[in-house]
Amino acid sequence: MVETANAEPHAEHPHGDPSRRDFIHIAAIAAAAGGVATLAWPLIDQMNPSGDTLALASIEYDFSKVVAGQQAVIKWRGKPVFVRHRTPKEIAEAKADDHAALRDPATDASRVKPGKEEWLILIGVCTHLGCVPNFGGGAYGGWLCPCHGSVYDTAGRIRAGPAPLNLFLPDYTFTGPTKVKIG
Amino acid sequence: MSGHSTYEPKTGIERWLDARLPIIRFAKETAIDFPTPKNLNYWYTFGGILAVCLVVQILTGVILAMHYVPNGDMAFNSVEHIMRDVNYGWLIRYMHANGASMFFLAVYIHIARGLYYGSYKAPREVLWILGCIIYLLMMATAFMGYVLPWGQMSFAGAVVITSLFSALDQIIPGLGTAITTWLWGGFAVGGATLNRFFSLHYLLPFMIAGVVGLHIWALHVPGNNNPTGVEPTSKEDMVPFHPYYTVKDGFAISAFFILFAWFVFFAPEALGHVDNQVPANPLVTPAHIVPEWYFLPFYAILRSVPQKLFGVLAMFGSIAMLFALPWLDTSKVRSMRYRPTARIFLILFVLATIGLGWCGGKEPADMVITMGHDANNDPTGFSVVWFSRILAIYYYAYFVLILPLLGLFETPSEVPTTISTPVLPKGGSAIPAGAVAAPEKKG
Amino acid sequence: MLRKSALIRTAVAGLGLLAVIGAGSVAGAATTQAPLKEVPGGFSFEGPLGKFDQASMQRGFKVYAEVCASCHAMSLMSYRNLCQPGGPFYDERWKDHPAESPYCKAIAADVKVPDIDPDTGDAIQRPATPADHFRSPFPNEPAARASNGGALPPDLSVMARAREGGPQYIYSILTGYVAPPAGLTIAPGKFYNPYMPGDLGSSWSGSKTTVPLGGVIAMPFQLTAGRVTFDDGTPSTTSQQAKDVATFLAWTAEPKQQERKEAGLAVMIYLIFFTGILYLSYRRIWRDVAH
Repeated sequence: MVETANAEPHAEHPHGDPSRRDFIHIAAIAAAAGGVATLAWPLIDQMNPSGDTLALASIEYDFSKVVAGQQAVIKWRGKPVFVRHRTPKEIAEAKADDHAALRDPATDASRVKPGKEEWLILIGVCTHLGCVPNFGGGAYGGWLCPCHGSVYDTAGRIRAGPAPLNLFLPDYTFTGPTKVKIG
Repeated sequence: MSGHSTYEPKTGIERWLDARLPIIRFAKETAIDFPTPKNLNYWYTFGGILAVCLVVQILTGVILAMHYVPNGDMAFNSVEHIMRDVNYGWLIRYMHANGASMFFLAVYIHIARGLYYGSYKAPREVLWILGCIIYLLMMATAFMGYVLPWGQMSFAGAVVITSLFSALDQIIPGLGTAITTWLWGGFAVGGATLNRFFSLHYLLPFMIAGVVGLHIWALHVPGNNNPTGVEPTSKEDMVPFHPYYTVKDGFAISAFFILFAWFVFFAPEALGHVDNQVPANPLVTPAHIVPEWYFLPFYAILRSVPQKLFGVLAMFGSIAMLFALPWLDTSKVRSMRYRPTARIFLILFVLATIGLGWCGGKEPADMVITMGHDANNDPTGFSVVWFSRILAIYYYAYFVLILPLLGLFETPSEVPTTISTPVLPKGGSAIPAGAVAAPEKKG
Repeated sequence: MLRKSALIRTAVAGLGLLAVIGAGSVAGAATTQAPLKEVPGGFSFEGPLGKFDQASMQRGFKVYAEVCASCHAMSLMSYRNLCQPGGPFYDERWKDHPAESPYCKAIAADVKVPDIDPDTGDAIQRPATPADHFRSPFPNEPAARASNGGALPPDLSVMARAREGGPQYIYSILTGYVAPPAGLTIAPGKFYNPYMPGDLGSSWSGSKTTVPLGGVIAMPFQLTAGRVTFDDGTPSTTSQQAKDVATFLAWTAEPKQQERKEAGLAVMIYLIFFTGILYLSYRRIWRDVAH
């Protein structure tokens, strides 16, 4: 193996102004970096939800068959949504606690639509670590998360356990007397 | 790789790392300081181009695997899902599909360059054989990748190529059938075949990357060959790899990408086949099946032999020739720049291979030169199958007759004593400088 | 002097031959087909800078929906696709939410698709939503064959990519029906079309040297003048209907085609610029080295 004679070719600058020579190299490196960065975006964006997934981002649901005291669990954006038909007793309990010491204060009225307070629509994902809470457990007549024991009341508010926040509300509107559009 | 390192760790952390894993030293020695002959021309940039091709294929392939479903009922639609609904899926898939063609285009030029400048000769036989292994792995990978979209051509290709092994029935009855059944995971090409091809198609590129590592190692032991075929003798012959060849390779890669991008964005289906847009149907074979263009020469050799087993042997033998090449060429002169007779035979060899590719895309009964028509109005004359026979014979003769004999009988022209002789104005070479150095390298 | 120039010439010749192989690998030994028709005015989406004509795609969709869809499935398309960027019913207001577009909701709501009643498990028909795939006219392949004299109407999703000539082929087939030449026997329920790839030698009673070009197709002539009424007042000739539906099918075969070409233009400009800079950089680095 032989050594190279030109290992330090730019030690002197036999050809004119060195700054101009550097400019073309810097421009080349900058153009390369810009090109790679631009190409990187498609390679990253491909992991975002695809067109068919986004098309299912909103759904319509007919809740005419859900009687008082029952809840329907429907799948929306891959997650469970509780559509709960509350009894007057549940509504009264929830309103009574509006001014109790709540971890994430919210009134019952802020968690339902005006005039439709018997319908409580929640994303059924525990705000602790994402498990699905079960109805009928815990001391507040609402939901109990089987994973780490978070307890939610009949308005879906966090009352005990490790979860920091109330159960989330999806964006929804009532599109008819028995129809709701979620998302 | 010895002693040419100029690496001196500057910080404490670098010294700490250098004493434990001298990876920075290694990178500097192999990719930056590595002494490289200063007379490498543009044909030598295809190694770098190929490295980029491999990276592009692995990157886009890993991404496609996130969306592709290797299931006989869903594969075709999952590819269309990539084309329609995945963000930039069309771009990634077209890069991968056309990237395969670009990869083969570059590897054929790389091989042809090796043939012309005698890069397979001692002491670079292992380097050459590793390259042949990479080429074989590429063929296997490309074949299995072409099956994955599960169109009609995918299916027909899988049937034909796996059925090559059934020729073994003619040696030991039952052996070929047992092997094809094993390859298929059933009694015909089906969902099980598709799933295993997907698995292997994901595996093989990483094996290619491994062999590429060995290929580069084997390159760095003797160092680069160069267009004169003369081993470097002095510092004057060499330049460090960086920045001289990083910028030259970078320029060539960028220029190559213009061609690549043309196909991806403006002619993405030009190298494919319309029948592959029809979902695989085991009950119907397309009227005219052809492999991808880069397999056509071998397909023509296969069809040029009327007997099944010998046809298969002729096809595999044509690739086996490459492995034996370092010992078939008897010439003491490495570069064909100084072998005027051998040069003509090599150009004929390249033309013969291209001609075989042309034959592979035609029907065997098609005519090269039509001389008349028979009673059924079918043309008669010099047919494609006879043309491919002549070309296949020349292909073999180049390896087993021409190169062994030519080295003994030809008269090479005068070989310069050093790399620098032909280019240095006061070198006193018999060959005028302008005749050897390409004009584009008068930088 | 041979050497380099010869090598370059060889390489150029090789590339040329590859192009020939690519172009010439189509023609089978016995299949014949008449040269495809010229489309009057050409297609707007052809060429590296071509763009889809939205009005033509809308008319083409109408032809598809009122004529083709009664026999042909188009299973890779959803109603929402019609409203996505580049689609026939694209409207900027629903750029990011094509499934919310009222155009696509209305188009989908007019179609009944099969589903399962979630309460009873019965098979029902419900109005489609934009997320639904185009309704298939037949529940399965045997049903499609049984209704079409044994022939399967092919799925049209990628038809414009699945035949040589693509949209031009579709146009030629749809407008190319002619009476079979005397001496050609066509089975009942089948039709002669000179643009259909085929081999008519066995049903031709005349000389072997004059076998008609083309083949036999199971679909009768469809696009009679005025078959579809265009809402924008475009005269509904056979040629117009065929050109519009070919445009629509070219779009469904590759909905991202225009996006691809637009991205390609930017990439090409960048690459040529970048290659030029690298060449200058290369020249500067090498200028001190005799080689």
